[in-house]
Amino acid sequence: MATVISSICFLVFVGVAIFFAYRGFHGVYRNIMLGRSEDFSDNKSERFKTMMLVAFGQKKMFKRPVAALLHFVIYSSFIITQIELIEIFIDGIFGTHRFIYHAWENIPALRALYVFAISFIEILSVLTFAVTVAFLWRRDMLRLPRFNKPEMKGWPNLDAHLILVFEMILITCIFMMNSFDMAANGGKYGFWISGYIAHGWRGMDEGLMEIFEKIGWWGHLAMVMVFLVYLSYSKHLHIVLAFFNTYYSRLTPKGYIANMPAVTREVKLMLDPNAQVEPGPADGSMPKFGAKDIFDLSWKNLLDAYTCTECGRCTAQCPANLTGKKLSPRKIMMDVRDRMEEVGGIMDAHKGVWQDDGKTLIENGYISVEELRACTTCNACVEECPVNISPLDIIMQLRRSLIMEDSNSPNEWNGMFANLENNAAPWQYSQQDRLNWVKE
Amino acid sequence: MEEVKTMADMAANGQKPDVLFWVGCAGSFDQRAQKVTRSFVKILNHLGIKFAVLGKEESCTGDPAKRAGNEFVFQMLALQNIEVMNAYGVQEIVTTCPHCFNILRNEYPALGGKYKVKHHTQFLQDMIDQGKIKMTEGGSFKGKTITYHDSCYLGRANEVYEAPRKVLEQLDADLVEMKSHKARGLCCGAGGAQMFKEEEHGTMRINDARTAEALDTNANIVATGCPFCSTMISDGVKGKDRQATVKVFDIAELLAAGQGLETI
Ligand code: SF4
Ligand code: SF4
Repeated sequence: MATVISSICFLVFVGVAIFFAYRGFHGVYRNIMLGRSEDFSDNKSERFKTMMLVAFGQKKMFKRPVAALLHFVIYSSFIITQIELIEIFIDGIFGTHRFIYHAWENIPALRALYVFAISFIEILSVLTFAVTVAFLWRRDMLRLPRFNKPEMKGWPNLDAHLILVFEMILITCIFMMNSFDMAANGGKYGFWISGYIAHGWRGMDEGLMEIFEKIGWWGHLAMVMVFLVYLSYSKHLHIVLAFFNTYYSRLTPKGYIANMPAVTREVKLMLDPNAQVEPGPADGSMPKFGAKDIFDLSWKNLLDAYTCTECGRCTAQCPANLTGKKLSPRKIMMDVRDRMEEVGGIMDAHKGVWQDDGKTLIENGYISVEELRACTTCNACVEECPVNISPLDIIMQLRRSLIMEDSNSPNEWNGMFANLENNAAPWQYSQQDRLNWVKE
Repeated sequence: MEEVKTMADMAANGQKPDVLFWVGCAGSFDQRAQKVTRSFVKILNHLGIKFAVLGKEESCTGDPAKRAGNEFVFQMLALQNIEVMNAYGVQEIVTTCPHCFNILRNEYPALGGKYKVKHHTQFLQDMIDQGKIKMTEGGSFKGKTITYHDSCYLGRANEVYEAPRKVLEQLDADLVEMKSHKARGLCCGAGGAQMFKEEEHGTMRINDARTAEALDTNANIVATGCPFCSTMISDGVKGKDRQATVKVFDIAELLAAGQGLETI
């Protein structure tokens, strides 16, 4: 009877968690798809390679070797710890206890493999715990500048701490589970690290040990489920989206900024009214020039925003930010995500239909004109990003709408545009003088 | 005065150059950049390269307009340039400006302008590889220290890091790197049409930040491959009152001097 109840509890608990996780992920997917289309269906093998190198292999992380090593510990332990979940699920559903161990108990090779696997996870967990402490230290004691910029105040800072604290609780639960199990069973499993911890429980009542073991087991499961649900609300989402985002990397040279076909059509007609051009929108509407809101950005820009882990590597290398300007490429990504969440919230409140709230991504507490103006298009942010995000692509699209939709441009730029139109140079020199440099 | 033919001159004589030298707006009008243009022409003539320029038929590539967000002005200029170049049957272009290089290489093709585009440092590297330019041992640069500033549009934008360094190696000087270089190189502050407006409010200017890194190397010469970077860093050096001991030169000027084609 007790096993049946525990099995039901398990299934209900996991079911509820998966339901909420699905809702969260579905919301993220829906929001990303609010973006306009952009084609990334080419070069599948190169895309796969990029994903394997950059996401799976963490290639770009290693530009900062210490941080990379620390992160690699957490990352590999995260992936490898999942092996343990197989047994947790079997035990949870069937009310068994260490099902795999007992199935393999009398086959020495498999038994050894089991003990090795769990012990290996234990070692990684100890390392991960240490790294988590180091990460908290780095944020709160060393106060690394990139973690303490204005855009990190409030929720982003809490988010970062919650992830680290969840991680610590999860690891504590793993060791509770294993060490009390070891103590209660006379150390028969032979796990490497919990074996030592189990010494500390010597002389404790056996029933109590089993209760602590259960708390550890359920706690471990609970933390995994908490992570699953929490992901879609957190920067921690990068552990999933990094793979998609690197697969859909921009494979063109970083200096390339796509031309706008809508403009090509207009300019060709302007230069020659009889020119052969691609047809415009079927409904005869005026095309939009550049982006004002998330709907005008491409789904890839929006995927970028959800993938951002707020590490601030981009901002730490941004020449504008380094010299005290307001622009921070990380903030660009965070603002896009926040705006998506806002739009998604409004849609949720109206049965999934968007109701114009009169806001856009520019100003309204999101990205200011001043920030957009400060970008030198230097690509440092793009180069730095460990998950191949391009803040610059978004900045460029927003800049376009400022200039082409709103005629919102600094005077000096207006002068430059006028010169370009009149004498084909950004300065006021006549095109007739273009060869004057020959005469010394 | 150097021998310079225009595409129109050549076409009038039924000739076609092997390569079009794209001079660019800075190279045409900016006094400092004009010098670089002349140095590069000296090298081209010295090597016996059959080249031509567009002269009065050249328009700005549209880079500052595009990066400011004005796609209209960019495409107007681009389509004009492409019409001119396609009419001459241009196939290869070399340019001394990374902004022109980037936009001609990456953004013109989709508008119908498909050319093989090289930055002058790549062109010079080819000449070195072919043995047409040789190292000047014990030349005027012996004992000097040079640091190279990666321009964003040559470096990160198009991942050309080695060519400029390779050319500098021919000078027999000591090369030192700044704190941030190659993929991590710090911008001079001019890109994205910043050259044409005041900087946003901040704690310091970007060019001063970059110049500080250059000065930290104790190099006598800051080498660049971009007219805008040259201006920015020269201003930075002047701002620190170091112009007497630290000179900013384009790689073309350095190579021309190294080859004894001019003195600097
Ligand atoms: S491209 Fe713009 S936002 Fe990105 S690092 Fe350079 S200046 Fe900063
Ligand atoms: S955009 Fe990339 S580099 Fe910048 S904070 Fe996000 S993940 Fe980090």
